[in-house]
Amino acid sequence: MAAVQETVDRVRSIEVDAYKYGFISPIESDLAPKGLSEDTVRFISQKKDEPEWLLDWRLDAFRRWQTMEEPKWARVSYPPINYQDIYYFAAPKSGPAPKSLDEVDPELLRTYAKLGIPLVEQEILAGVEKPRVAVDAVFDSVSIATTFKAELARAGVIFCSFSEAVRNHPDLVRRYLGTVVPSTDNFYATLNSAVFSDGSFVYVPPGVRCPMELSTYFRINERNTGQFERTLIIADRGAYVSYLEGCTAPKRDENQLHAAVVELITLDDAEIKYSTVQNWYPGDSQGRGGIYNFVTKRGDCRGARSKISWTQVETGSAITWKYPSCILRGEASRGEFYSIAISNGHQQVDSGTKMIHLGRNTTSRIISKGVAAGKSQNTYRGQVSAHRLATGARNFTNCDSLLIGHECGAHTVPYIEAKNASAVIEHEATTSKVSEDQMFYCLQRGLSAEEATALIVNGFVRDVLQQLPMEFAVEAQKLISISLEGSVG
Amino acid sequence: MTVNSTGRARAQDRGMLEIKNLRVSIEDKLILDNLSLTVNAGEVAAIMGPNGSGKSTLAYVLAGKPAYAVLSGEILLDGENLLELEPNERALKGVFLAFQYPTEIPGVAAMTFLKAALNAQRRARGEGDLTTPDFVRRVREAANALKIDQEMLRRPLNVGFSGGEKKRFEVLQMALLAPRLGVLDETDSGLDIDALRVVAEGVNALREPKRAFVVITHYQRLLDYIKPDVVHVMTRGRIVATGGPELALELERNGYRDYAEEAA
Repeated sequence: MAAVQETVDRVRSIEVDAYKYGFISPIESDLAPKGLSEDTVRFISQKKDEPEWLLDWRLDAFRRWQTMEEPKWARVSYPPINYQDIYYFAAPKSGPAPKSLDEVDPELLRTYAKLGIPLVEQEILAGVEKPRVAVDAVFDSVSIATTFKAELARAGVIFCSFSEAVRNHPDLVRRYLGTVVPSTDNFYATLNSAVFSDGSFVYVPPGVRCPMELSTYFRINERNTGQFERTLIIADRGAYVSYLEGCTAPKRDENQLHAAVVELITLDDAEIKYSTVQNWYPGDSQGRGGIYNFVTKRGDCRGARSKISWTQVETGSAITWKYPSCILRGEASRGEFYSIAISNGHQQVDSGTKMIHLGRNTTSRIISKGVAAGKSQNTYRGQVSAHRLATGARNFTNCDSLLIGHECGAHTVPYIEAKNASAVIEHEATTSKVSEDQMFYCLQRGLSAEEATALIVNGFVRDVLQQLPMEFAVEAQKLISISLEGSVG
Repeated sequence: MTVNSTGRARAQDRGMLEIKNLRVSIEDKLILDNLSLTVNAGEVAAIMGPNGSGKSTLAYVLAGKPAYAVLSGEILLDGENLLELEPNERALKGVFLAFQYPTEIPGVAAMTFLKAALNAQRRARGEGDLTTPDFVRRVREAANALKIDQEMLRRPLNVGFSGGEKKRFEVLQMALLAPRLGVLDETDSGLDIDALRVVAEGVNALREPKRAFVVITHYQRLLDYIKPDVVHVMTRGRIVATGGPELALELERNGYRDYAEEAA
């Protein structure tokens, strides 16, 4: 049996290190000088040829940020971050604004091909059965190419990089930017407001149902680079859009910072479905390296009967600090949060959601599935509040945690506030272990320990997987199996 | 030539499963005490004994459940020592355990589980995965024979299954996985007479010269439906008597008292 244990240990150490997306692309970059000052902010703004008002907005945020302190309340620990030791802007040298895919550095396209991203339109169009997904790809700080732009334009949908939106749709950007996550919101969001480099912008006009899934892939490539992208999605009255983001990064020994901001806005009767498959590099088996994922995501159900739904599959990052939230302002608006957070190795996850009920008869639903393996710590932190005028507000929360092995931890920290007597808030939570009986039953039928774990975990997270757009559910399922490799022994 | 090879095959089939001087404990309590047992291919061997005699332990140890400590002895299946194999490796060698208390796995449809198990075993044999239509057809045929509703197969594995449904599903898995050795642990417990008949017929349909069964039961009743070739009596962790089907009837009349003394 000792020999078996040895094998298991070896496999475990190999597998945790075998991050599939950990390659580095040899691409020359155009870097801003290291460190953060007003000059850095001006450099970025100038590089992007931004209007005066946006530079002022950035500088305001920067001055504010200098007075702020990093939040310490999350159940995560890491050495202090030296914010002067980070590059705040890195653009591939081939030029930040290619007119078509032909102008994009072929090395970059190869990188995306390795990631399995259908960036080349022709390829997508050639495959009859393939899902129709429009992709915006963000490489380090710059958005590289947006596919399907013409077809979307015919439907009136604007889907482009953030920089392009600033150039071509300044009124829309100015009207909505920072109205959900103000530049003063929190340490990381404020930092992002000062130095954000690019990201995606979506506007769906009244009554339009976006004809395809929209998707962004984020990739951090450059060493010592922070990635600060900003996404702004607006669904006008009666509009609908489904959006998916995916993330990867190369393996590096040092930690890298990712501090993004996502703002969603739905007007009357509109709906946004936002799905994330996050697979940033989690660090190696010793806990070295990996992405610090400190992200602020918030949706504002501004209009009556509007709906925002967050679905996330989180398997990567050394540290995850993120709480995709909904402000339920419009009457009878609805917020949903479906989450699968899987941690292995030395990963630390502190994630959850906030449902802020402000309008009458608003409803929300939270389904969170945390899976902890290895030596990881996995915390669900959630807030549900019903304000004084939110009569008839309803929430249902279900938080389940599953433990694999005995060196990991799962924690649930719910905050519930009801300021009116008609609000109904339900909270259910369970913590369980993958039982020896379940494992033995599967092994007895011929499944390997890895296959058995993947099967049991996929069963555990099934309710949430079903919320993902079909074409990504399969991908997510595979990702879950990969991220749990080496978790059994 | 032909005679010789048949003869060799027969000689091998004779001792298809050989358990020699097996001593097993759990949490420092000795459960199997120098147990020896031989089961031949094509044979249905019933193991009867009072509660606490170690019958279920024997079933678990055959399948390799981790909690048990094997102190000494051997378990040979076709001459290979099972004790050196992991539980899934034993399954791939053809050991199938029909559990007394099948485990629930929430969120995993029974059908999904069947497919995963079947494909894992096929891959181990170097065969490809079954195509979905092929898989569905096989499951449907086997399920119909066991009066298993298709709807049940879409439900999560064993979650909310009745006692009868659980046992029928165990036999369904056995039918699809086609093991070399089927170990049935108290398969009759919790079954009404109709369900018992269906399950027994399912087992009987799988009887063949190359396959053996170890049928563990407390009562003679199951053996009215699954006719054993050999009956072994087990008390205090060892086999104390071996005979034909008539031994089961005798036990039904006189109970285990005589054997309890013998073992002491």
